[in-house]
Amino acid sequence: MDSHNIMFVILAVFIVLSSIATVTTKSIVRAATYLLFVLIGTAGLYFLMGYTFLGSVQVMVYAGGIVVLYVFSILLTSGNHEVLSKNTKLKIASSALLSVVGLGVFLFFLFKEQFKAAALGAPDESVITMDRIGRFMLSTDSQGYLLPFEAVSVLLLACIVAGLLIARKR
Amino acid sequence: MFDFDFKIVTEWLHALLTGVMPEWAAILTESILVALAIITLYAVFAIVLIYMERKVCAAFQCRLGPMRVGPWGTLQVFGDVFKMLTKEIINLRKTDMFLHNLAPFLVVTASMTTFACLPWNKGAQIIDFNVGIFFFLAISSLGVVGILLAGWSSNNKYSLIGAMRSGAQIISYELSIGMTMLTMICLTGTMSFSEICAQQAAEGWNIFRGHIPAVIAFVIYLIAGNAECNRGPFDLPECESELTAGYHTEYSGMHFGYYYLAEYLNLFICAGMASTIFLGGWAPLVIPGLEGFNEVMACIPGAVWFVGKTFFVVFLLMWLRWTFPRLRIDQILSLEWKYLVPLSMINLVLMALVIAYGLHF
Repeated sequence: MDSHNIMFVILAVFIVLSSIATVTTKSIVRAATYLLFVLIGTAGLYFLMGYTFLGSVQVMVYAGGIVVLYVFSILLTSGNHEVLSKNTKLKIASSALLSVVGLGVFLFFLFKEQFKAAALGAPDESVITMDRIGRFMLSTDSQGYLLPFEAVSVLLLACIVAGLLIARKR
Repeated sequence: MFDFDFKIVTEWLHALLTGVMPEWAAILTESILVALAIITLYAVFAIVLIYMERKVCAAFQCRLGPMRVGPWGTLQVFGDVFKMLTKEIINLRKTDMFLHNLAPFLVVTASMTTFACLPWNKGAQIIDFNVGIFFFLAISSLGVVGILLAGWSSNNKYSLIGAMRSGAQIISYELSIGMTMLTMICLTGTMSFSEICAQQAAEGWNIFRGHIPAVIAFVIYLIAGNAECNRGPFDLPECESELTAGYHTEYSGMHFGYYYLAEYLNLFICAGMASTIFLGGWAPLVIPGLEGFNEVMACIPGAVWFVGKTFFVVFLLMWLRWTFPRLRIDQILSLEWKYLVPLSMINLVLMALVIAYGLHF
């Protein structure tokens, strides 16, 4: 085994254990913390594949942004010992059904698409460089992303204006 | 010309280790060696910085500072460290102990990972991605989670308010740090720390190359960096007169020590980043025309240049801290959102114009 394959196994076990802990824990702040571990582990997988930009975005947006937002809103809204509601039979049945369907779809595509089962290659950062990502973002070619990029910025502007409208002094 | 490439050492070590063991074991051994080196440096710099802070603070307040323990009080900090290490870690009742114990480690991990991004010398770099600066910003945003969790899990109103203030402050000031970094990336055209340093060694320091916008960016970076490290005049999260000690009120022993350590090392990392991006990193000072002077400057090793510049910026930040009185929370947030963010946006446009018209050196 190469070092990167050993690392993959470690990260995979870490992600699976943290994901299970996220959904089984009773405390909402702990769930957010375990979610942080899952997201960091995913970022680790991206780094392992050499996609350093994607990994950094994952850490920046999800771990540093979304989880902080979650923790912040939990701190602002809930009391210290908020616990989850009781699990009814209907709730358990529906979530079990959803999980089985999700697993089925996942496995179906996994076996249908014949994903590369070979061992992971050594991480190579030159797969896609920062420079190329920047050019794709602002290009109008057939493979360019200028339109989605601008659409997202308009969406963000709308969010900021809406936020100001709600928070303004009346 | 003292142009020592540290890569020679690392490649020699790698060849030596792969000769006696399989590759994965060699990489593991190297990682452990590097981690030990980082942790040692981290502790040593923390001790140096704490001593420096006390002496600088004393000088600004017309005092002598620690003088009793050892010559000029040099052993005082070692005494403090041993005291901290032997203190009891108190477990609180009615709190989430898991999160309470985890929070300081999150803060220290984020701080150590950013510490590993610093370029010490040519080739002496631990984390060197082509998205280096972006990775640095991403990892440094992880520390906030630790602070928020510390505030929540202490089950104490003062801690919670301190954590909220700190979170709001750090998230706000990250914006101007990102903007100033973006300004400098415009100039360098690369985000990798090793390339930025090599470029500055070849073409001169960025603060001279980018003249006016670079100096504005440097000043904004120093202000925002000071706020990011929760240091005065922005040390609201731990202002002892209103919040006892902010988010680390309930921590004792070494868990408190981790926050203390991370605070000082964040200061060092912030200064190190400033010296990498604006002041040339390990690149020596070169004045065109003065060949003899340049030869002498080039004889000084890169690591000495880097650490020297970093301590210069650390001194600037300490000067700032001990000169200005503390701000109020609304003043801090309005300083950021009403002045620094618009200013750094205008500065970004200015830098873009300077580069578009080729006005830089």
